[in-house]
Amino acid sequence: MNGGKPAAFDSVAAFFAQALAIEVEAAERYTLLADQMEVHNNKEIAAIFLKMAAIESEHRREIVRRAGDTLPTGIPADVSWTNPDGPEAIAFEDVHYLMTPRQALLLARFNEERAARYFESIAASATDPRISAFAAEMATDERLHVSWVDQWLETFAADELDRADDPDPPVYSE
Amino acid sequence: MNMIPATAPAFKPADYKSSVKPVWCPGCGDHSVLLSFQRALAELALPPEQVAIVSGIGCSSRIPAYTNCYGFHGVHGRSLALASGLKVARPDLTVLVASGDGDGFSIGGNHLLHACRRNIDLTYIVMDNRIYGMTKGQPSPTTEPDWDTAISPGGTGLSPFHPLVIALASGANFIARGFAGNIGGCAKLIAEAVRTPGFSFVQILSPCVTFRPDQQRGWKDLVHPAAVPETDDPARAARRLMTDDGFNIGVLYRGKREPYQPAPKAYLAPSHLEAEFAL
Repeated sequence: MNGGKPAAFDSVAAFFAQALAIEVEAAERYTLLADQMEVHNNKEIAAIFLKMAAIESEHRREIVRRAGDTLPTGIPADVSWTNPDGPEAIAFEDVHYLMTPRQALLLARFNEERAARYFESIAASATDPRISAFAAEMATDERLHVSWVDQWLETFAADELDRADDPDPPVYSE
Repeated sequence: MNMIPATAPAFKPADYKSSVKPVWCPGCGDHSVLLSFQRALAELALPPEQVAIVSGIGCSSRIPAYTNCYGFHGVHGRSLALASGLKVARPDLTVLVASGDGDGFSIGGNHLLHACRRNIDLTYIVMDNRIYGMTKGQPSPTTEPDWDTAISPGGTGLSPFHPLVIALASGANFIARGFAGNIGGCAKLIAEAVRTPGFSFVQILSPCVTFRPDQQRGWKDLVHPAAVPETDDPARAARRLMTDDGFNIGVLYRGKREPYQPAPKAYLAPSHLEAEFAL
């Protein structure tokens, strides 16, 4: 899985539009996943996903601040990525109602890494030096998020429970 | 990347979200389909009060509760009958119908044939996971014949139902297939289905994380965009659909039939209706 090829941007505004869309998508996805976990009484994971949603929302606000006058006044005609879930959003199918905090954080880390690589590739390929610089800043932000998740991961022991260890599996009896 | 004018969209996907949180299993494809519904309605800029979502029974049929459009969680297999009546009585509403492969192709199979034939302006979205998920994993009409489980030892040995072929043969005016994992792609298909007059049928492959976990990654690798553009020729569409591998994604047929919409009848007071039902 990857974040998809970076789009070609014809303006700084278009770059910020894409960056905002990525953060909005990631924050919304974490919120929806938190709802799912809450419904299935996995409140610990719901709290993790809500915290990740807050991080992504704060990142969106930071982009707005950083963009200043170059904040897009329109909406992008084609905010898209080759990967269906975007460069930072967790795929719906990657979660499980019995997932452990460590599994949830490893998933979050995986997606922060994807986002970092996505912005790094834009920084490396953009022809406009301003876009390249803003993309590098975004990549640095994503790397910082990876380090936060790493610190968070240290508070949890290696998994003692795997998805396969469901004591009350929802399948028919053999 | 081009920018479009700085007008705020009339509606955002969140404008179609209700306060009810989905109870589907985390990882279920139906979560993605719900998001696709919301994005499609936002793209179409339809006010929620001008949209009705009708469903039958099953996991997928919970979807009306999760939107703030008008909703009707109906009887098993009868969503199309309900929706047909609603659309004929209220042609001003945009009516979407949600179903699953069990509800839509088995219990409601006969309604599918005649809904296609009538070609009322409805959008029928079937979330196909090839299993009865809500009732703990029995084979459905689209289950592979060799799906070997404790509940179907050795597999059913039965040929799967080919819903798109049957819809075409029965007269559906728009036929498409999507994959739940591609939220944006499904949203575009749903929006196109709504825009196309007449009966539109969208099969969405929606993995069941609980009883068919093999589908989750497997389908993501198997789906692919349709190699040829859509056609309006039923004969050509029939040949394509008959040889289809089941994982072609996109609009596969768009016909030109005029939708069926009877002329509105004069208003009848409830007392008239009561008189007609009097014994």
